[in-house]
Amino acid sequence: MTENAHQQAAVRVRGLRRVFGTRAVLDGLELDIARGEFVALLGASGSGKTTLLRILGALDGADGGEVLVPEARTIVFQEPRLVPSKRVLANVTVALPRGRREDGLRALAEVGLERHADTWPATLSGGEAQRVALARALVREPELLLLDEPFAALDALTRLKMQDLVDELCRRHRPAVLLVTHDVEEAVRLADRVAVLRDGKLVTDEKVTVARPRDPGDAAFAALRRRLLDDLGVPAASHPVRTPELDRVGVI
Amino acid sequence: MSDTRVKATDSPPPPGLVTPRPQLRKPRSRPYALTVRALGPFALLGLWWAASATGLLTPDVLASPAEVLRAVGELWGNGQLPDALTTSLTRSGLGLLIGLAAGLTLGITTGFTRLGDELLDSSLQTLRTIPFLSLVPLFMVWFGINETAKILLIAVATTFPMYVSASSGVRNTDPKLVEAMRSFGMSRLAIVREVVLPGALPSLLAGLRLSMTLSVIALIAAEDINATAGIGYLMSQAQSYARTDILAVCILVYGLLGLTADILVRLLERVLMPWRTPQGARR
Repeated sequence: MTENAHQQAAVRVRGLRRVFGTRAVLDGLELDIARGEFVALLGASGSGKTTLLRILGALDGADGGEVLVPEARTIVFQEPRLVPSKRVLANVTVALPRGRREDGLRALAEVGLERHADTWPATLSGGEAQRVALARALVREPELLLLDEPFAALDALTRLKMQDLVDELCRRHRPAVLLVTHDVEEAVRLADRVAVLRDGKLVTDEKVTVARPRDPGDAAFAALRRRLLDDLGVPAASHPVRTPELDRVGVI
Repeated sequence: MSDTRVKATDSPPPPGLVTPRPQLRKPRSRPYALTVRALGPFALLGLWWAASATGLLTPDVLASPAEVLRAVGELWGNGQLPDALTTSLTRSGLGLLIGLAAGLTLGITTGFTRLGDELLDSSLQTLRTIPFLSLVPLFMVWFGINETAKILLIAVATTFPMYVSASSGVRNTDPKLVEAMRSFGMSRLAIVREVVLPGALPSLLAGLRLSMTLSVIALIAAEDINATAGIGYLMSQAQSYARTDILAVCILVYGLLGLTADILVRLLERVLMPWRTPQGARR
């Protein structure tokens, strides 16, 4: 992909408003995502980040403003949302025209589940089910991938593996990505850009300049993490900056 | 705050991008919903009235709505209709009560215990396929021509829908939930009462709906045979005098009984399951 194509917009949001009752959850929000760009959106619970994602995914309506998204877009939800009466492969190729079996198998292979193609969703573990949901989203070759806290329900180890998998797959397929999360570390690890949503607007929107592969022990990583936590209203005392030594102890 | 971006507002939209169009349910006003709901019955009534007025429907086939209304006044005035209603409702109510209790007990037993399932289910499924109308002569031989035979016929007819709904509802209980409650030391009886039954309520109410409808059908069958009171008796008398207006009244009464049963179940749904979201799943 050329540099020029990279600069083309995949998402453009101007002056977006969404009101629930008397409360404006989104109030004059502005957001741009370039093609192939990975944006992480942080926010406290109830800050409207999932609402924004649902509006971009055409699951919810806006009360005002302009929203532009690509035609090809898919969502990975917080829960896998697999149809229990369809086998894994059928879940991946769900609502696709016939004859996409090969594509479905390839997508399953990419998430490492090609051997589970003929099993029932109920027999999968939480992480496996979420990988199927990821394959289901990627097989549609989206220009915009919407991730709604897709790792929130997973255990810590599975979450780290899933993050690496998403990182690798997004790098290979280069969709524009909006990752909604409340995990600052996850956002800094994966994203090209991080944004913080507060009071209906993006209070922070900056490029992540930490060198890849990103290590939480890196000083730049820790500094950005601290800054984002401040934006989210988490005081410093409750979140001491972790040292690399402590991290290593934690993993063991 | 983000004023650096505001300048971009005037630029033309990037190519290939579209505005997302969500498929949302529009909120409806209550009067509108009620009007739509009432449309069907009133259309039928209008059709009936028009057919009678134009002479398409002669009185010897079916009386006109006005005549039927007059017949209601007549039957209500001489006390025939209230008496018949009381008799019939007592019969179907008692029968329904017995049938529901039996169906519920059997359904919970087979749904929740493996022994009950193995012991009872196949025989109950066999009995279920017997048309209850075929039991009418047998019941007459066993119990004679009296109230017992009628009430038991209704009870038998209403047992099976309730049984099938209850056992499948109980079987669909989340086993993880039962496991969790067991780990907290909840007794089997308490699990049934506090977890299984509330979880099975949607299908129990579906069973109740079916049983209520069947209780009216069984009532007609029971009253068709040698009754000396009740709606069925009123009907057989009207039949012998070719009073289509009274026949229409009785048919309407049966219809209204069904409608009342339906409203009752809807009401029960709201009262018994306050934890359910009011709008239910989005259609």
